[in-house]
Amino acid sequence: MSALFTGWTGALALSTVVIGVAMTFVAYMTWLERKVAARMQNRIGPYEVGFPHGWLQPLADVLKLLVKEDITPRAADPLLYNLGPLLVVVPALVGFAFLPLGKGLAIVDHPYSFLFFTALASLTLLGIFAAGWASNNKYALLSALRMVAMAASYEVPMILALLIPALLAGSFQLTAVVEAQRGLWFIGYPLVGQLAFGIFLLCALAEGNKSPLDILDAESELVAAYNVEYSGIKFALFYAGEYAHTLALCGLAATVFFGGYLGPAFLPGFVWLTGKCVVLFVLILWIRWSLMRMRIDQAIRINWMFLLPASLANLLIAASWVVRD
Amino acid sequence: MSGGPIEVVEREFGELALNMGPQHPSTHGVLRLILHLSGETVIKAVPVIGYLHRGVEKLSEHLTYDQLAPVYERDDYLAPTANSNAYVLAVERLGAIAVPRRAQWLRAFVSEWQRVSSHLVWLGTLGLDLGGALGGGTTLYMYCFREREKILDFLEELTGTRFHTNFNLIGGARYDLDAAMADKSNALAASVEAALPELWSMSGGNPIFSERTRSVGTISKDLAMGVGVTGPTLRASGIAYDVRKAAPYDAYAELPFDVISRTAGDAEARFQVRMDEIRVSLKLVRSIVDGLPAGPIFARKPLKNPKATKIPSGEVYAAVESPRGELGFHIVSDGSAKPLRLKINAPSFKNLQVVTHILPGGLVADVVATLGSLDPVLGDVDR
Amino acid sequence: MPAPEVVAALRTRFSATPFALGVELPATELLTALRALRDAHGYRYYVLGTGTERETAFEVLHAVRNLESGDTLFVKVAVPKDAPEVDSIAFVYAGAEWQEREIWDLFGVGFKAHPDLRRILMPDDYPGHPLRKSFAMDTPWGYRPAPAPEDAS
Repeated sequence: MSALFTGWTGALALSTVVIGVAMTFVAYMTWLERKVAARMQNRIGPYEVGFPHGWLQPLADVLKLLVKEDITPRAADPLLYNLGPLLVVVPALVGFAFLPLGKGLAIVDHPYSFLFFTALASLTLLGIFAAGWASNNKYALLSALRMVAMAASYEVPMILALLIPALLAGSFQLTAVVEAQRGLWFIGYPLVGQLAFGIFLLCALAEGNKSPLDILDAESELVAAYNVEYSGIKFALFYAGEYAHTLALCGLAATVFFGGYLGPAFLPGFVWLTGKCVVLFVLILWIRWSLMRMRIDQAIRINWMFLLPASLANLLIAASWVVRD
Repeated sequence: MSGGPIEVVEREFGELALNMGPQHPSTHGVLRLILHLSGETVIKAVPVIGYLHRGVEKLSEHLTYDQLAPVYERDDYLAPTANSNAYVLAVERLGAIAVPRRAQWLRAFVSEWQRVSSHLVWLGTLGLDLGGALGGGTTLYMYCFREREKILDFLEELTGTRFHTNFNLIGGARYDLDAAMADKSNALAASVEAALPELWSMSGGNPIFSERTRSVGTISKDLAMGVGVTGPTLRASGIAYDVRKAAPYDAYAELPFDVISRTAGDAEARFQVRMDEIRVSLKLVRSIVDGLPAGPIFARKPLKNPKATKIPSGEVYAAVESPRGELGFHIVSDGSAKPLRLKINAPSFKNLQVVTHILPGGLVADVVATLGSLDPVLGDVDR
Repeated sequence: MPAPEVVAALRTRFSATPFALGVELPATELLTALRALRDAHGYRYYVLGTGTERETAFEVLHAVRNLESGDTLFVKVAVPKDAPEVDSIAFVYAGAEWQEREIWDLFGVGFKAHPDLRRILMPDDYPGHPLRKSFAMDTPWGYRPAPAPEDAS
């Protein structure tokens, strides 16, 4: 597909299309979250704006945040303060470009696209740390410290778990990983697939700051933590960036564990991918709106004492099985 | 000794003084906690109160006894009738005013319903504290408040208002319970009790919740007695003292019920005590409806001039068991129509004092869990 | 009603006079009497600390309770108005710390050897002690402290 758009103008046009589609998708996933959460709590959710289902609510929220005053605190480090939201939102949106939408149809189809995706996902945490430190606010600083201790450490089992599909497919190219699932989705492989997905799910909760691992922005303790000093469009970028990050991870899980665009031919491939991504997102929402938050030392203990050994063992089992073949 | 503004000094490298300020989602009102942190561990906690001080005790010296009964309902605003119940008990004891039996039973009835309502608020806000407004805590909060709305609708039908019911008069009660309302109360008790297992499964039955509350904010028995904590906080530390059993008032001498206590003294124990107390209260409202004696609800002559009520001079102390603990009134009278001095023994004031002793050593996340489990109401603390 | 044998013991040891809710003690005996109550008589639970203003003196009351017998005893001390100071019992009962701060804040009665005596309910720079009878609430549209120089802390 990248052959269609050549040159700088082509790249610019393609980027605009990707960002536009991705941001609209993210915005309407926020609507979906509010509806799902509301129904879980015996209420309706967005209702008035775009009666009767609140379809226009995301648009109203974005417009509201756009017209707010853009404040940079005098004592904040201006470069990092303004860079923070960008570092959170851009890697997530770029991640959408790697997901294959059909056979051979990925916007960026690179031999190491899988690795590149996970590397980009880590940049989001750098943005959070920049925001937390540069805000010159103790609450934000606590959140930045928690990020370094916790969220960065959850990256390790996540990458180890993601190595399983790459191992089973024999390639780091996402289109090849999907094609290798034509016989059986990787989630279906006994033990290694399920364990890898389970570990990945927990780490995705940590990366996306979803309860029970939303310790970074523990709203009842640190009152919005790393984005406490942000308002207006920068806050909107943080918010959208978090959702985009979670959705990108859901998209990745759908691609490498659930077969991506593979599905019966009566619907095109990208519809299957989007559908699987949304189902995984609703699963994450379901967990998020039911469970309470863990304490940071408990979360870190679970990571190093349980997730890391489990993912290493899993990798060993999968590697020996592949080599034996 | 006159005391200037609070000096917050960060004494060591790496010590952070964080202001969990009066505006905070988790401080249960306008409480300011100055936390000295080393990383995530609390080294010192200094509570600052007084943001909701409305001068009720000074006001009490300028209003007559009959005018004062509704005023105290604004102190502990989650269980308003308990406040005015304690006040009228004290005045009746000092003035030797008899109260009809039916009024006593009705006072207990409304108090127990407000105990259930207050504990539902406690559970919901504990969920918000532990789970966050953007997570599982809100779900628990919504479910608790759904049950509570039914209780408030019932109270509105009975008394005309949802919260500050103005139910207690010196010498009796203001509203009566007829057969239809009694049936509604029984149906409501059944429906709230049916919802309790779901609330339990979202909180106590959840291992994440147990991990957050076990061994958190432990109050030892000696500390509890020295500081004077009351209510479920005291009973969770191994001292089974309940004012309804130790110094019975209203109908409690005739009603059988259990005093719930635990020995662990941590947040989980306090949680279990309060959850069991909801069940006890629901049983009590059923027993009260079954055994309600007939008769008048107000025994004094109709009040034409509130200034005419003169209480003989002396001192009295009377206490009730509010959802937060022992709520007592110490009234000094000089024989006139207005009290000379009225002191409210507020349970949240005493329970909150214990945070300076139990917060150090815990993490920031434990601060919110501890505060939630102590269940302070700042209107009660500051009066 | 306070337990009679405890009242009798306090009367002999500390020259206490009984009143409706407990005993009245001379100000010098407050600390030793409360220590005796806590250690020898088992009144280990602290209930209440309050103050009252009478015509000629302030009264400081502490209420303690024996949880085994359920008896609540009030201990009253009279403090002269021109030199309002009394011993602090914060090291005997930890709960007295905030109650004594409240009495200082609202009445102006000082507590010797209190660990941290500062205002608790009123703002730190508030002029006067609100619960004193001389603190007037006389404006028709609200309550403001009368700027009386003898009330300034």
